[in-house]
Amino acid sequence: MGGWYLTGLIFVPTLGAFGVLALSDEVAIWRSAFIYSLIPLVISLHLFAAFDPHQAGYQFVEQYAWIPQFGISYHVGVDGISLFLVILTTLLVSLSLLYSGGGDITKRPREFCFMMLVLETGLLGALLAVDLFLFYVFWEVMLVPMYLMIGIWGHGRKIYATFKFVIFTMLGSLLMLVAILYLAGAARAQTGHLSFDLPDLYGVALTHAQACWLFAGFAIAFAIKVPMWPVHTWLPDAHTEAPTAGSVMLAGVMLKMGTYGFVRFAIPLFPEIAIQATPIFMTLAVIGIIYGALVAMVQPNLKRLVAYSSVSHLGFVMLGIFALNTQGLDGAIYQMLNHGVSTGALFLLVGMLYVRRHTFEIAEYGGLAKIMPMYAAFFMIVMLSSIGLPGLNGFVGEFLILLGTFLHAPIFAWFAVAGIVLGALYMMWAYERVMWGPVTKAVNQTLKDLSRREIAVMVPLVALMILMGLFPRPLLSRMEPSVNALLVRVQAAQARLDAAHAHHDAARHAGHARALAALGASLPPMADQ
Amino acid sequence: MTQDFPALGLILLFPALGVLFNLFGGRSAGRGAVNLIGPGVIFAAFVVALWGFIKLLAMPPGAALVCGLWPWIAAGPFHVELGLRLDALSAVMTLVVTGVGALIHLYSAGYMADDAGYARYFTYLNLFALSMLVLVLADNLLEMFIGWEGVGLCSYLLIAFWFDNPVYARNGRKAFIVNRVGDLGFLLGIFTIVAALGAHGVWTLDFVGLERHADLLQPVAVCAALLLFFGATGKSAQIPLYVWLPDAMVGPTPVSALIHAATMVTAGVYMIVRMNFLYIQAPVAMDLVATVGALTAFFAATIAIVQTDIKRVLAYSTISQIGYMMLGVGVGAFAAGVFHLMTHAFFKGLLFLCAGSVIHAMQGEQDMRQMGALRKKLPITYATMLMATLAISAVPPFAGYFSKDLILEGVYASGHVWLWLIGVITAGITSFYMFRLIFMTFWGESRVTPDKLHHLHESPAVMTIPLVVLALFSLVGGWVGLPDWLLWGDAFKRFLAPIVSRPVVGAFVMAAAHPAAARLSLSVILSMVALAAGLIGIFLAWMLYLRYPGAPQRIAARMATIHEVLAEKYYVDQIYDLLISRPLFWISGTVLSDGVDRGVIDGLVNGAGAAVEEGGETARKAATGNVRDYAFVYLAGALAVAGFYVYMVVR
Repeated sequence: MGGWYLTGLIFVPTLGAFGVLALSDEVAIWRSAFIYSLIPLVISLHLFAAFDPHQAGYQFVEQYAWIPQFGISYHVGVDGISLFLVILTTLLVSLSLLYSGGGDITKRPREFCFMMLVLETGLLGALLAVDLFLFYVFWEVMLVPMYLMIGIWGHGRKIYATFKFVIFTMLGSLLMLVAILYLAGAARAQTGHLSFDLPDLYGVALTHAQACWLFAGFAIAFAIKVPMWPVHTWLPDAHTEAPTAGSVMLAGVMLKMGTYGFVRFAIPLFPEIAIQATPIFMTLAVIGIIYGALVAMVQPNLKRLVAYSSVSHLGFVMLGIFALNTQGLDGAIYQMLNHGVSTGALFLLVGMLYVRRHTFEIAEYGGLAKIMPMYAAFFMIVMLSSIGLPGLNGFVGEFLILLGTFLHAPIFAWFAVAGIVLGALYMMWAYERVMWGPVTKAVNQTLKDLSRREIAVMVPLVALMILMGLFPRPLLSRMEPSVNALLVRVQAAQARLDAAHAHHDAARHAGHARALAALGASLPPMADQ
Repeated sequence: MTQDFPALGLILLFPALGVLFNLFGGRSAGRGAVNLIGPGVIFAAFVVALWGFIKLLAMPPGAALVCGLWPWIAAGPFHVELGLRLDALSAVMTLVVTGVGALIHLYSAGYMADDAGYARYFTYLNLFALSMLVLVLADNLLEMFIGWEGVGLCSYLLIAFWFDNPVYARNGRKAFIVNRVGDLGFLLGIFTIVAALGAHGVWTLDFVGLERHADLLQPVAVCAALLLFFGATGKSAQIPLYVWLPDAMVGPTPVSALIHAATMVTAGVYMIVRMNFLYIQAPVAMDLVATVGALTAFFAATIAIVQTDIKRVLAYSTISQIGYMMLGVGVGAFAAGVFHLMTHAFFKGLLFLCAGSVIHAMQGEQDMRQMGALRKKLPITYATMLMATLAISAVPPFAGYFSKDLILEGVYASGHVWLWLIGVITAGITSFYMFRLIFMTFWGESRVTPDKLHHLHESPAVMTIPLVVLALFSLVGGWVGLPDWLLWGDAFKRFLAPIVSRPVVGAFVMAAAHPAAARLSLSVILSMVALAAGLIGIFLAWMLYLRYPGAPQRIAARMATIHEVLAEKYYVDQIYDLLISRPLFWISGTVLSDGVDRGVIDGLVNGAGAAVEEGGETARKAATGNVRDYAFVYLAGALAVAGFYVYMVVR
């Protein structure tokens, strides 16, 4: 397996970005940017078709030495965990560009398209990187265009929002960078050569304390990105002030970099610590689910409401990940996709309102279903997907997450289900105030229903909601081998922990005080296998 | 014995096609086409259901027709395949849903004749039929949940059908949210079952598979049964989650008939009977089901006495009658519960349609105090509504007599004498408030305002034909379940027996306590007592509303406190508002959003942020404003930091 699929996927957008810079006609800019974004979409769909669903490891692998003296290589591959996130990314970029060209972005279209395409490179690179250093580079690359998109094309308190966004994210990133470098250094100390390649780093033996610190470095970076409660407050500001396409990319894909990071790096690299930290993460996840929903409910600003709903939905994803079983992880990955599709669609819909009325205040609307029936119908379906109605995509993810959680520790599921009611409550209440009731503002009487371009943007998303809700098997079956490979590592770690625990108990029963003290200080090193 | 019967798929396919047609082509095809296709697809589904039913009758007891659809969710060993299953229980339910459903669809064509939203209406109504049929025909618990939430969605959309009225919109949402609260119980019940079976390496949610491994569920039986029952209290409007149903009456009246009387609200009863192998292992849960049912039946009936809105009387009556069904299944009389479910679908569906006919004639007026003496103007409506009222009042030989009698006999036989007594008293109250409705609406002095009087006319044939058909079934529908000693006996129970024949664990069994002859005479005595209660209710209604028409006001004045408590529906809505809604919004708004989010967390961040922002402002002056420069500087900086660390490590 090989070819240049993944490299093409990652760098065609970059080529496109510079291609767009050469243009000056506005129509040509939008058109060519859209076409450039279709190429990676087609490639990613080809990956889906050609993907071997029975294989757990990376496929379409490419590996070339990049900075050999530091053991850094350009190593990319796709597996069941990243495959669908890649498709989601390429799809959302295309739809965002299609949408933005319809009047949402009027200022500096060339630079905007440049940013979107560079962002796509960053996102795809981070999803496909197998080398930790390469991952880090892409992780940082995606930050720049997002920062500028909010700062230049955003609205309201956009400068405040960008600063908050960057401060939070950079804080996490730097911790992660230190952890990456330390880990590579530790690998060199054992094997004699430096490597940033993920499979190499799985085998590094660490003391318990080392593993704890390194896990924390990764986990904090990812938790901020997710964002988990209580480091979530950058998100409502960034989401609300970003331009529509920015919010779509931010919510649709960028937040998943956090949850993806846990699945790809933090948990498989330090499974013992992940197991021990499970109660903490599940508690924070449940708090996030309920807290996010409650705060969303009282937002007077529609976009902020959608933003807070992400805190709640991503809480579900984290809950599923730390259930550390097939149901939970499958559900979590599925829910990442669901959230991308449905929250992406929600931000697009909210953006369509903003283009018409230049306000996000719920109180400014009311009775729109009479004036914009098609818009109301699309909003209804998207809402139902978001609140997890069975038959649509959201249910598959939420159900598996809650089932996995219940099988792992029922108490968390008992609390988390509250999110299902609250989710319905805030979405339906908002829908009611915007769409139903009498038309209270005269200016709303003349609003136009969806344009053909807007319909074209929404139809693929709505189709996905229905397809993913009724036919989840083609996706789940491709995820499962990779998820199970991860779980094998987790179960091995669990066995080691149990053994250490048993040893611990035996020692205590035998009264070996010295052995006890030594074990208390550090658990046995975590050798792979 | 099971047999493949792919035509079962058609029962779902027809309504699905109806949805697609009405959604995409309804408006352009016009009212005539929608009125044809909307009801037509349900009639088609009914024909297929009848075909399946006849096939089923020819097969040995316990047989089922099945139709596999496609594999759905799977993760690890857990997997769910979608499939349909027509056995005795789902056959009864499918016939009710498609049969009564088709008649109500037809009636709707007349009722909604002047409404501009006819295409949207039939889209929702067909979608409801589809969801309900998924619920009924599902061969596993999770698939049932698809239908379960699907009917909730349609209920929401149809209650709020005239959404420009903010109260209607709010009531629709209230129905959905209250139902979702119940659905949490349903979901947690599913999880409990999956976990209990999974611990033994069994991964199935199939009803057949669950029943086969029912003994593995023994340790969690009470917990799972109670969780699922909590779901049922939402969908079937029982205490404590019944509050949404009276408010649901703002939807179009055929919707009230179909969804909020005949079919959806009985789904909870259906689910419990479906899961009877679980419930019989949990006598504690069964007792709770029976008690909640009896109390709901009683309290809702008392509220119905003082309602003046014709639809609200019927709404509380529905809650009360479903309480009877719950009472029946709670004491293990599963067949009787389903029997009452079926007869109730006939007479309560009919009552709502008649009420709709009255409202239609009265141009939207629903207050019975503005009616009176309508029987001459609306003869067909009056005659059919009287038949339905006789049925619900359990007067022989109308359908309700047989089904209610079986429930009460079952309750007594199980040894729950107190619950039986509540049931009998409620039967008296039922016939009282129902005849009160009849007398206030169709008898006595006319209180109709003159402007409405000259518009009064009987409804068109498209509406009265369904009335007549349902009236016929309100009469003969109960004859399939006669007392054991009469003619063909209880054919209905024999038909359902293979599904519900397991004995209840530890139940009091009358057969053991009494010889056959004593049982017969006891059965007759019980029946007479219940009948007497019903007749007393009718007599009282006649006394108060026809013989001495001033009496109700005097009684209400004398017992002002009781009257107010009943009129205010025991203040339950207000209590929920005070205990749940307000605290929820206070915590969300004041504590979490303003306090924690903007106060504590952002306070900390802004403190740090302010310092950085100051630095940033300075740096901004040095910047060129060119985005590519920013990008370059940023990347270079990141690489420099990284390079430094790499250097440190390598060194």
